[in-house]
This record gives sequence, C-alpha cells and structure tokens, in this order.
Amino acid sequence: MTQSAAAASAATATLAAAAAGEPDTPAVAPAQIAQRLSQALGGAVQGLRRLSGGASQETWAFEVDRLPGDDPATAVRRLVLRRAPPGAGQRGSDSAGLAAEARLIQLAAEAGVPVPRLVQLLQPADGLGEGFISHWLAGETLGRRLAAAHRPALARQCGAALARLHAVPMDRLPPLRHTQPQAEVAHLRAWHARHGTVRPVFQLALRWLAAHAPAAVPPRLVHGDFRNGNLMVDLASDDLLGVLDWELAHCGDPMADLGWLAVVSWCFGQPQRPVGGFGHCAELSAGYAEAGGQIDPARVHWWQVLGTLRWGVICESMGQAWLDGSEPQMEKAAIARRASETEIDLLQLLLPRRDVATPTVQPHA
Amino acid sequence: MQDSPHPDHLLAAVAGWLRDELMPQLAVQPGLAASAYQARVAANLLDLVGRQLRLAPATDAAECQRLQVLLAANGLPPTQRPTMPQPPTDPQLPAEPPPPSAQLAPLNQALAEQLAQGRLGLDSPGLADHLWATTLAKLAVDQPGYDTYRRATAQEP
Repeated sequence: MTQSAAAASAATATLAAAAAGEPDTPAVAPAQIAQRLSQALGGAVQGLRRLSGGASQETWAFEVDRLPGDDPATAVRRLVLRRAPPGAGQRGSDSAGLAAEARLIQLAAEAGVPVPRLVQLLQPADGLGEGFISHWLAGETLGRRLAAAHRPALARQCGAALARLHAVPMDRLPPLRHTQPQAEVAHLRAWHARHGTVRPVFQLALRWLAAHAPAAVPPRLVHGDFRNGNLMVDLASDDLLGVLDWELAHCGDPMADLGWLAVVSWCFGQPQRPVGGFGHCAELSAGYAEAGGQIDPARVHWWQVLGTLRWGVICESMGQAWLDGSEPQMEKAAIARRASETEIDLLQLLLPRRDVATPTVQPHA
Repeated sequence: MQDSPHPDHLLAAVAGWLRDELMPQLAVQPGLAASAYQARVAANLLDLVGRQLRLAPATDAAECQRLQVLLAANGLPPTQRPTMPQPPTDPQLPAEPPPPSAQLAPLNQALAEQLAQGRLGLDSPGLADHLWATTLAKLAVDQPGYDTYRRATAQEP
C-alpha cells in the first residue's frame, strides 16, 4: 500500500474523529467482540480483524458460518462490522452517526447506488455499541491501483451514482447536519485557527472562498467523502461495486461531492485524468446527466478549492493530534507534512502559473 | 567540531537499512505487511529530514528576504513590521541580526494577518511570486515527487 493511498484511507477513518477532537476510548477486546457478534448473528464468528478505525468508529471484517436461509452452497459469509464502541466520545458535528449511516446505505441501495448490503443493525442488547453489520464487498479500493488506468466506465458509473444519491428525497433522510457554502468556509477557518499554524496560502484561499461563495441552494443529500479511496471497484469489469464510508454524509450543495472528487490529491499522480486519476470530466458528467443530474461547473470549481483547503486542514489536524498525544502513530506525523501539497494545488487554482507543465500520461503509475 | 559520518549520511544509512534490509524481511512474513508499510513511512520521513537539513537554510534565508521586501513594498510601515526581541549584546561585538529561521515566524504571521484582513490579496505585487517560491521550497522538502511540484519545476533551468 502506498503512502498516499494509506494516508487517504487513514484520513477517511479519522476525518470525523479529527473534527471531533475526541480521545481514543478503550475498546472491548477482539475475543469479546467475536463472541458478542456470534450471539447477535446466531452463527460462529471467525477471523475477526480490524480494517480501520478512528477515535470513535471502528470497522472490522470477519466470517460467519452459513446462516439460516443462506444458499446451501454457501460455506461462510464474509461480513463487515461497523460500530462506535459503548462510551465513545461525543460525536463531532461532522459525523452522521452509525444509525444514520445504516439508514443512508439502505436509502442509497433503494435509489440504485451501489453500496454494501446491510445485514442487520446492532441492538443495545448485543453489547457492541451503536453500529451495523453489512456484506463484505470483494474488489479494489486502493487509489493508486484505480488511477493506474483509464476507466471510462467507472467514471460514468460514479457520475450516475452521485446523481442518484443527490436525488434521494429529503423527507426520507435520517437527521443529518445541514450546511451551506459560507458556513463551510467559517468552519474551515475556525478549524485551521485551532491548530495555531501560520499558512499565508490558507489565508489567501479562505479570503477567496468567502468572496466567491455561491448562493445557498436547496439542500440535497451529499455523500461528503466521495473520492478515489472510498470506491470499491471490480477491476476486471471496471464496475463500481460500492460507495463506501458514508459517515460524513450531510445535507447541502450536491456540487460539493463533485468538487471533492476533483481534488488533485485524489488523482494519485494522474492529474491528466481529473476524475480520481481514472476518468475524464466528460465521462463523469455524462453519467451524472444520464441519471438525471445537472452539473454547475462554477460551483464545482468553488467546492474543489474548498475541498483542497479542507484536505490541507485535515493533514494539519493529524499533525496536531500527533503533537498533543491523542493520536501518537508515526504515520500521523508523516501525513502532517502533506499539507504543503494542498498549498501548491491551491496556488495553481488561485494564482495559476503558465509554466506549470500540462499533465501528460505518466510512464509509471 | 563533530565527527563524521555527517548527519546527512547517517540519515541515509538508516533509511537505506530500513528499505534494503528490514522491509524485504517483513514483506515475506505473513501478517507483517502493515509493519513493512510503516517501515517505508519511516524511511520516507528520514529522507524528508535530510532534505530539510540540506535545503532549508538557503530557502529560509531567501524567504525571509522576500517577506521583508513584500511587507515593505505593500506599504506596511516599518513600525508595524514585526520586530524581534533583541538579545542582550556585548557592546564591543558587532550586532548580529537574528538568524532567518527565527525571523520567519513573525514575518509569516504578519503576512498571514495581512491576507486574512484583505490588505494583501491576489493582485498584490510580488505576492504570487513569493507564495510560489515559498511553496515550491516546502514541496522540495516534503514531497519532491508530488505531481504538481514536478510539473511546476519541469521547466526550471
């Protein structure tokens, strides 16, 4: 796994925690988790292993014996547990919460968005905290591998998936935070200020964002972290198998999802394919339009600037968490040094240099 | 005077050991893929430290000069420019200016404040060149392989 791919997936796991700033909480031991899962599902759990986890959410993979009603040919089921342990710190305002995540996955499935299928919600009696169990998806998520080739079908399917999730009726949604452009700028300004770092480029970007903020729009469901790194793909067919990590979902401007997807960091070194490093804007737009959506390029550009700054503030927050001891992993200190990649990308967006070479096909992905 | 090997060489020695000795051993052990990955992160960080030690003294000095010119050129009166607390000096010795790295924090603070308040902006003379030069120097240390940086420096003489 490359540094940038792992950093991005690490960032996913800790985005909500970073925003919340909550310390880690002691977790139930894996053996106990396995035992309680077995009881909750009514089958023997094996091979429990942790996939990722921030301070307040955990993702585990495991196998369970064939359950009543399964196809007799099924030997084992591969499943995923997503949970917030009992007593986890107060969720930060950015996180949707596990119950909302489960509901969103169901709604997305009904809307025709590929997602992991829900198996069951955790109940208080299960003793595992809040969360849900879903089917394991077998595919590729590593950003650099997805960006290694042009995948037009994937880009179109991403466009269609986004249009469908943006079209989910508002009255069917669980309670979610609502946000609009100016509020997002204010949030980033305050978050950056808490780190105590001095970044003239960030201040330039914050002024630009405030001055050019689009008008508020009727809120729609926004995934909140739709990018290469959260897409499960079948490499044989380039089919989108699942849109992952709905914990940052909220209500707001749907162009925010398109702007975030366009952040250069998520192109994994292939900016000549600006959609995740694997696709072109025309392919994404075609998929979006075919599924009934309408793209506003000016708003997408604004959200790309905001998203670039946001990733930079997230990198800083990792460094802050490492410094204050709340997340002492060496990798957090390393990610802090990625904030500068967002500064150069912000400069290229706001003060473009003519002599920055046009992106061309890289010989080695 | 300190002995050799130079710190630069020591950093390279440890990074080399991590990459050439430790990582291959971890790569063939089942269940140690995560550790192999962390070893690579560690080696990359050592390389970063080496680059900072080698490159930052010159780029810090250049950045310091640019900031002083930029703040002065954009009408920031001398009384408002950040002043370093002067250390007590022996009156018989010539006055030493604080090293560039010590001046950078208050100079950058002043620039950040000017930008936050809108007194300097996209059109301010010298700002774009300064921010680009500063940011390129950061990437040269943090991530010289980052694609935007490579494209920005591809045509440098």
